[in-house]
Amino acid sequence: MIFIFNSYLCTKFWRSKFFELFTMNIASKYLNKIVLILVLTFSLQGFSKTDPNNEASAETTTGKIDTKEEIDSYIEHHLKDAHDFHIFSYTTDAGVENHIGFPLPVILWTSNGLVTFKSSEFHHDDDAQVIVERNGLKFTKLHSIIYELEANASSISFDEEHHPTNASKVLDFSITKSVAGMLIAGLLMILAFRALASGYKKSAIPKGFARVLEPLVLYVRDEIARPNIGEKHYRKYMGFLLTVFFFIWILNLMGLTPLGFNVTGQIAVTVCLALFTFFIVQFSGNKDYWKHIFWMPGVPILMKIALIPVELLGILTKPFALLVRLFANITAGHSIVMGITALMILLKAQFGTVGATGISVLLTLFLSVIEVLVAFLQAYIFTMLSSLFIGMAVAEHDHDHEHDVHDHEKVDVEDIRADFI
Amino acid sequence: MYNLIGAGLIVIGGGIGLGMIGGKAMEGIARQPEAAGKIQTAMIIIGALLEGLAFGALLLGK
Repeated sequence: MIFIFNSYLCTKFWRSKFFELFTMNIASKYLNKIVLILVLTFSLQGFSKTDPNNEASAETTTGKIDTKEEIDSYIEHHLKDAHDFHIFSYTTDAGVENHIGFPLPVILWTSNGLVTFKSSEFHHDDDAQVIVERNGLKFTKLHSIIYELEANASSISFDEEHHPTNASKVLDFSITKSVAGMLIAGLLMILAFRALASGYKKSAIPKGFARVLEPLVLYVRDEIARPNIGEKHYRKYMGFLLTVFFFIWILNLMGLTPLGFNVTGQIAVTVCLALFTFFIVQFSGNKDYWKHIFWMPGVPILMKIALIPVELLGILTKPFALLVRLFANITAGHSIVMGITALMILLKAQFGTVGATGISVLLTLFLSVIEVLVAFLQAYIFTMLSSLFIGMAVAEHDHDHEHDVHDHEKVDVEDIRADFI
Repeated sequence: MYNLIGAGLIVIGGGIGLGMIGGKAMEGIARQPEAAGKIQTAMIIIGALLEGLAFGALLLGK
């Protein structure tokens, strides 16, 4: 339709062969994408309707978040992983609460084998009120964790410490929000970098979007990998460094979209990323690397023994600092942006609706711009420190220093200078 | 209550550290503008290490 309409308009008003061809090209090229976007937009569904008479949700069905506690719990809910995409909620005049978002598949391995269903069956419930029955088993969701109820139980019950007594956790392989985010990031990377790579077969100069990617790849190579790992070894680690750089960057940027991803703010994700660095560093460590840990050259023998536990601890603290830095930065960024957004509600009494909204929009805009910078900076720092640690592990020390009578290395001025440069 | 005081102390410490890193880097760049790139890289790395320390402490105190 769009295509026919476009070409009709063009011939009618411009009567130019060239323009018609141009528009046809554009239209046919992007038609698939336009249709896809339209379909995705309109398939957003209100997948949950809460009955206002339902006693369980009677306290929260006003649909409005007014108090500080409600804001805190909303932010906490966003920072955690979820089984569905929640974009926004609203309450109609009749008092019916609607949640807008996408459901995601729930995949569980239970005592009765594999069970799958759509997360919309939980009706956006997170307090173990809704019970889903599948394969003769009952499931309920409490604070983003899916529990399997015992056969004779009809609702979940808790002990004093708020642990469920008649339900057990199941192995949850669901495509959660974070998993979906990582899959999307991976898919984007495969598409973008395959296009970049195949472009070099045709010509040495990339075309289209690849022109944006090439400088970034070169930046990682020339500014991060080469100076830190060294000319001799850097090529071997480029795959890992590029992957981790773009993976973290894309996920950080996705965290700034209204879809509410918080993937790099999940400690499990950053732990895995840091584990990769940890294992790569340990497996590429050469003789000198291990010697500097277990028998530090050039220090008295008591010091050598004292340094062993310190250096062993150092092996672990490096990836720990990596994972905590990324996790805490993104979590802090998200909670600050959401907290500033919530000023809209908290300052309403002092500044009126318009004033409070204006303050909050301006501050949120300011912080979001900073977050775009932080998104890049964190990806850069993770890659940079990873390559620094790899560089430490593969560095080759030259052994032709003069040794004095006590077998201690003479301090070499050039060496010290080289360390600083 | 005490963890909030601790968080304040961590932020004060981190702030002093970042201020010193930034200030010295500025001085260095002013003195040797041609080395600005290298100084910036070193500054960001040290800043990141400091940040990791501060965030680690904040997380443990939470």
